[in-house]
Amino acid sequence: MELNAKIPGGSIQEKWDRYRFDLKLVNAANKRKYSVIMVGTGLAGASGAASLAELGYQVYCYSYHDSPRRAHSIAAQGGINAAKNYQNDGDSIYRLFYDTVKGGDFRAREANVYRLSQISLNIIDQCVAQGVPFAREYSGYLSNRSFGGAQVSRTFYARGQTGQQLLLGAYQALARQIGLGTVQMFPRTEMLDMILVNGRARGIVTRNLVTGEVRSHLADAVVLATGGYSNVFYLSTNAKACNTTAIWRAYRRGAGFANPCYTQIHPTCIPQSGDYQSKLTLMSESLRNDGRIWVPKQPGDTRTPPQIPESERDYYLERIYPSYGNLSPRDIASRRAKEAVDQGRGVGEMKNGVYLDFAEALKRLGNTVIGERYGNLFEMYERITGENPYEVPMRIYPAPHYTMGGLWVDYNLMSTIPGLYVIGEANFSDHGANRLGASALMQGLADGYFILPYTIGDYLAQGKFERIDSGHAEVRAVEDETRQRYQKLLSINGKRTVDSLHRELGKIVWDYCGMGRNDAGLKKALEQIPKLRDEFWHNVRVPGSGDSLNQALEKAGRVADFFEMAELLCRDALAREESCGGHFREESQTEDGEARRDDARFAHAAVWEFTGVDKAPTRHVEPLNFEYVKPATRSYK
Amino acid sequence: MLINLTLHVWRQKGPKDNGRFVTYPALQINTHMSFLEMLDVVNEQLMEKGEEPIAFEHDCREGICGSCGVMINGLPHGPNPMTATCQLHMRYFKDGDEIWIEPWRAKAFPVLRDLVVDRSAFDRIIQSGGFISANTGNAPEANAMPIPKQIADRSMDAAVCIGCGACVAACPNASAMLFTSAKVTHLGLLPQGQPERYERVQRMIARMDQEGFGNCSNHGSCEAACPVGIKVDFIARLNRDLLKAKLCGAGTPSAV
Ligand SMILES: Cc1cc2nc3c(=O)[nH]c(=O)nc-3n(C[C@H](O)[C@H](O)[C@H](O)COP(=O)(O)OP(=O)(O)OC[C@H]3O[C@@H](n4cnc5c(N)ncnc54)[C@H](O)[C@@H]3O)c2cc1C
Ligand code: FES
Repeated sequence: MELNAKIPGGSIQEKWDRYRFDLKLVNAANKRKYSVIMVGTGLAGASGAASLAELGYQVYCYSYHDSPRRAHSIAAQGGINAAKNYQNDGDSIYRLFYDTVKGGDFRAREANVYRLSQISLNIIDQCVAQGVPFAREYSGYLSNRSFGGAQVSRTFYARGQTGQQLLLGAYQALARQIGLGTVQMFPRTEMLDMILVNGRARGIVTRNLVTGEVRSHLADAVVLATGGYSNVFYLSTNAKACNTTAIWRAYRRGAGFANPCYTQIHPTCIPQSGDYQSKLTLMSESLRNDGRIWVPKQPGDTRTPPQIPESERDYYLERIYPSYGNLSPRDIASRRAKEAVDQGRGVGEMKNGVYLDFAEALKRLGNTVIGERYGNLFEMYERITGENPYEVPMRIYPAPHYTMGGLWVDYNLMSTIPGLYVIGEANFSDHGANRLGASALMQGLADGYFILPYTIGDYLAQGKFERIDSGHAEVRAVEDETRQRYQKLLSINGKRTVDSLHRELGKIVWDYCGMGRNDAGLKKALEQIPKLRDEFWHNVRVPGSGDSLNQALEKAGRVADFFEMAELLCRDALAREESCGGHFREESQTEDGEARRDDARFAHAAVWEFTGVDKAPTRHVEPLNFEYVKPATRSYK
Repeated sequence: MLINLTLHVWRQKGPKDNGRFVTYPALQINTHMSFLEMLDVVNEQLMEKGEEPIAFEHDCREGICGSCGVMINGLPHGPNPMTATCQLHMRYFKDGDEIWIEPWRAKAFPVLRDLVVDRSAFDRIIQSGGFISANTGNAPEANAMPIPKQIADRSMDAAVCIGCGACVAACPNASAMLFTSAKVTHLGLLPQGQPERYERVQRMIARMDQEGFGNCSNHGSCEAACPVGIKVDFIARLNRDLLKAKLCGAGTPSAV
């Protein structure tokens, strides 16, 4: 597997401009002769599909949702970063670049991150032009807030529904193209495999989720914008249907999978309330601006919060990190919460949370001010837990939230398969080992609106695409394989439901490859996962048939891929014998429990190549060079 | 706390089949569960017996994606105001309750299976004009045009619609006016939305009619059912825009 990142030459400031000039252009009149498949209609996919169609390409667009507007991007709450420096507080493209490289714990590609920071400016302009109703000041100008511990206010937001508003903007741009007939939309259509012809990505095999029809779709290039894989943990903040199938199937056909072990655990989610729990709900991180995090000093303390005097409380983040305190970065806040719960100091009925307490802020600022800031979040919390945060402290616990790993892509966002592009959370590109708050929305839209439309043109302009149709041997072979796989799932007729197996898989991954990872645990997981996968393939029960809407069958296909993916996740975590960002190897920590990176051995992206289901994949590396931001140890003390 | 319930659930194999209510016990339901988690539990039990689970739509389970939505005892999204089905928790039910669960009922939303309906008519309304035509790259600098906060806020009030379809299900005429007016208002209030304002409203209404939604007769049940608080005032605003467009001719400067 060759890993040529194709990073252009020149100074970091000039790379993207120069590169765009060097890219081959497709003549305007010829664009409609080229077709592109876009799988996924979240921020990345919808913005990409709309922009490609505006340029004149023929676009075919797929989503398993009933409407593009349902994509998981809709759930993002907090905001989107951009280096506009509207607040005159010293922000700049360079600072956003610097913060992102550092926040990613020096495991991202500098050139990509710089380009992302540059483009952040255009994204805000574009969204405003589309009618995204960002929050504004009384002056009528756009409002910003500081987010996720950033020292400047660069986050744009639309109440607590930023993802919704950005997605609706992209969805509307896409809807306009669908109305114009330049994009053909296939909703309720799930991609189940990739088609390569002569080594190039030329199509996909899909299943119509209403009729069950399995068929192929062909084009000149394929783009995956299919989101992240946090649901490998079963419980996460992701929407229920988020899954790894699209990128996993591409991996099996030869696309390199980079850094699967970089997963982000978000510190402020509502703890699990029972075994029936179906997903975890994120509470916006902004709550940490005024809430104080604590647990009782004594393990096993069963008193209610008011009964515990100040002197018997441990405000552990304030204690360990006096300068950042409750605003310590996500990975640190998460790990410390786990530590407290593991020590038996957890709170709530199941002893599985820590307090996020607003008592002091309420005393200082009053209910009205706190209500203005967090009213809707407090309501949401009360609706879910039945507890009123104005009266009792919230309970929170970390939960899987975002996956920095994904398919490896070069500077063009092309994977190791020619003609296969990967955008948004599905690729591995810009966040290194840890993503900063409000940067995923930015990356998804940068990829879709402003990068892919140029770089894919360069590929199409060079291509001589042989005509293929659904009778082609390669196409028929992949279609048949897919049908057989789904037939097999329906015929096992065992004793266990898909969810029960997924839950069990999730627990293994969470226990051994969650917030803390170590050699022995990962090896144990690598023994247990194949056994459970085997049980899945022999004992799962999928009722119903394949020729109609069958939600159990949809899930079974996705979980089958999670079983394979989980193993790669653990393998990658085992091979990376250092701690960095969201990946914490217990063997690699300082005396006071902080992550210890090993730049000498691991300043690279690990890229896995599939070699067969029961064979070990091959690990390749893309070395990372830091010319501008010199690797240093993060310190938040 | 644990409670026992009796569910009467609409089961329908496919769009062309006849449906009927089937009764299932839901036993030992923890009141901390969400309504959908309760259905998950019932489905797990059905599948363990080899029966097909009840199909229902859901995804985010946070009240934002608009996927979920069923009639619960005759009310869209159930008894709690401003709450989508996925956000409804079982503590609002009592031990021994009987619960009737049905899909949205509207000609424009055909049932696909059990509780799942086809809401693609909403997408086609948006495709007909629910956008601002700003190609990627067209945009001027974002702060070049200040927008009064009150206007931006009001536009946001309309923009929060999640497209779930509860308004249609609640309406005795199965009208899509609340949904359509929310988009017309969101875009029509903003300066960027002005050039296409009158054209937009006419096209969206034409499409709405074509999809088989009913007329609005000012019942107001849509507002009561909306999980995110979209107001019927927006319908009045839409009607004013529509009238203006018809009187002055859409797209002409006089309409502005
Ligand atoms: C609760 C929550 C809050 C968040 N808040 C923020 C925030 O404040 N700021 C921020 O920057 N980021 C935030 N994030 C992260 C951010 O929302 C996501 O990373 C981002 O939206 C992902 O966008 P995407 O376009 O890559 O994928 P998605 O939005 O997940 O879209 C994936 C698309 O692919 C389709 N798809 C997937 N697989 C297939 C298949 N096999 N066949 C057909 N279609 C398929 C789906 O239907 C969907 O359309 C948050 C995430 C969560 C979970
Ligand atoms: S599942 Fe998304 S709104 Fe209910």
